[in-house]
Amino acid sequence: MKTLSIEIKDLSKVYNGQSVLRGCNLTFDRGLIHALIGPNGSGKTTLLRLCNLLDVPSNGEVLLKNLDSGLNSGSLKNSIELRRRMAMVFHRPSLFNTTVWKNILYGLKVRGINRKESERKGKKALEMVGLWKLKDRNALTLSVGESQRVALARAMVIDPEVLFLDEPTSNLDPGSVVIIEEIIKDMKKSGTTIILVTQNIFQAKRLADKVIFLLDGMVVEYGNTFDFFNNPKGERTMRFINGEMVY
Amino acid sequence: METIFSGFLKAIGLLISFDKELYGIILLSLIISGGAVIIATFLGLPLGIITGLKKFFGRDFLATLLNTFMGLPPVVVGLTVYLILSRSGPLGFMDLIYTPYAMVIAQVILATPIIAALSHSTVVAIDPIIRDTARTLGATSSQIAWTIIQESRYSLVTSVIAGFGRITAEVGAVLIVGGNIAGYTRVMTTTIALETSKGEFGVAIALGIILILISFLINSMLHAIRKKGIR
Repeated sequence: MKTLSIEIKDLSKVYNGQSVLRGCNLTFDRGLIHALIGPNGSGKTTLLRLCNLLDVPSNGEVLLKNLDSGLNSGSLKNSIELRRRMAMVFHRPSLFNTTVWKNILYGLKVRGINRKESERKGKKALEMVGLWKLKDRNALTLSVGESQRVALARAMVIDPEVLFLDEPTSNLDPGSVVIIEEIIKDMKKSGTTIILVTQNIFQAKRLADKVIFLLDGMVVEYGNTFDFFNNPKGERTMRFINGEMVY
Repeated sequence: METIFSGFLKAIGLLISFDKELYGIILLSLIISGGAVIIATFLGLPLGIITGLKKFFGRDFLATLLNTFMGLPPVVVGLTVYLILSRSGPLGFMDLIYTPYAMVIAQVILATPIIAALSHSTVVAIDPIIRDTARTLGATSSQIAWTIIQESRYSLVTSVIAGFGRITAEVGAVLIVGGNIAGYTRVMTTTIALETSKGEFGVAIALGIILILISFLINSMLHAIRKKGIR
């Protein structure tokens, strides 16, 4: 049963004196796909990193299952336990310099999952992304599309309650995009909450249940995908959807 | 020209006849440098990795210090070790001066900063996304550290080989603390120095060939390891 929910309250982040995220308030509904859209520098990746406990907020808090994430209050143990219920796939596929198979099993190994169970899950995940035949290849010799599929399978194998995806299909060929989007849909079916950063509003339309529009580090609009694209509340949202510059 | 030619012929003769004394010197050199590099690895590798992974007060100063010590002049190291181990020195009672142990100590002092500084640079250069990836996959701090070490394994081996390369070719320190005693502390580099001063070029050239071969072997290994480790 996947019960982890994420709520952010008055979340802000300052990098080198520059405010990247400003007073964001959001609740991510369990089991839904949320698309974070917005122009470059709007704070999407920063928000993702804060929610995934990779960075510490300058102000505000990330509440996981109505429990403080622990980084602000300083409980590392709590933070590791919470982090192990989440996973993230980065914009740039970051695979370890070892075989595809060892990459896939990494998350299970650090959790101390037994070998038989790990191999069963690993095989299933690799088959899902269509790369079982490449399991013995060095992961760094794969194409970008294959690498991103391995990265996704590596996150999928640990069956996270929340999956963060930072532009997972940018620069990929259409074939790889289709495979990755199908996996994202499958993960949603298994109850995983998905938070997807994307520059592609068509992808947001195809996949997301909810859309969050960020601009200048602030949440400008948040709503159901249909309402967001058909009845946007804000003038800037409408301009962004229509492909106009909103800086 | 004739001297070089005759010296070269004599060298070939010594090498192919498996001259006992010559090969004894080669073996002793490898044992001393091998022992030193093993000790230096146990000291330098953890030092480099820890200073690369952990953030603590004085970390940058320590890294600068290690880099500075990479270029320690061997004769200064030899002199320092000599002063410490000589009869009148603080550790003179241990009777280590003019023994292979003193040579190992000097070589450890030379190799440790090289291994530490190179492994420090290696660990620091690992892409931060690797650390983030391990973290997002649920790794603890120690598991993240181990992952970073594994990611830098090829370069870490390179740093050890570089340390070995430096000390096998070194002459000043081992000459001062070893005393170049035949059959006991006479190694390749000190023999070359001695034989050259005597005008006996055959042995010197033979050992020079072996040193170049060792250097070639080390560089071939470095190249192969680097090639394997290239992303």
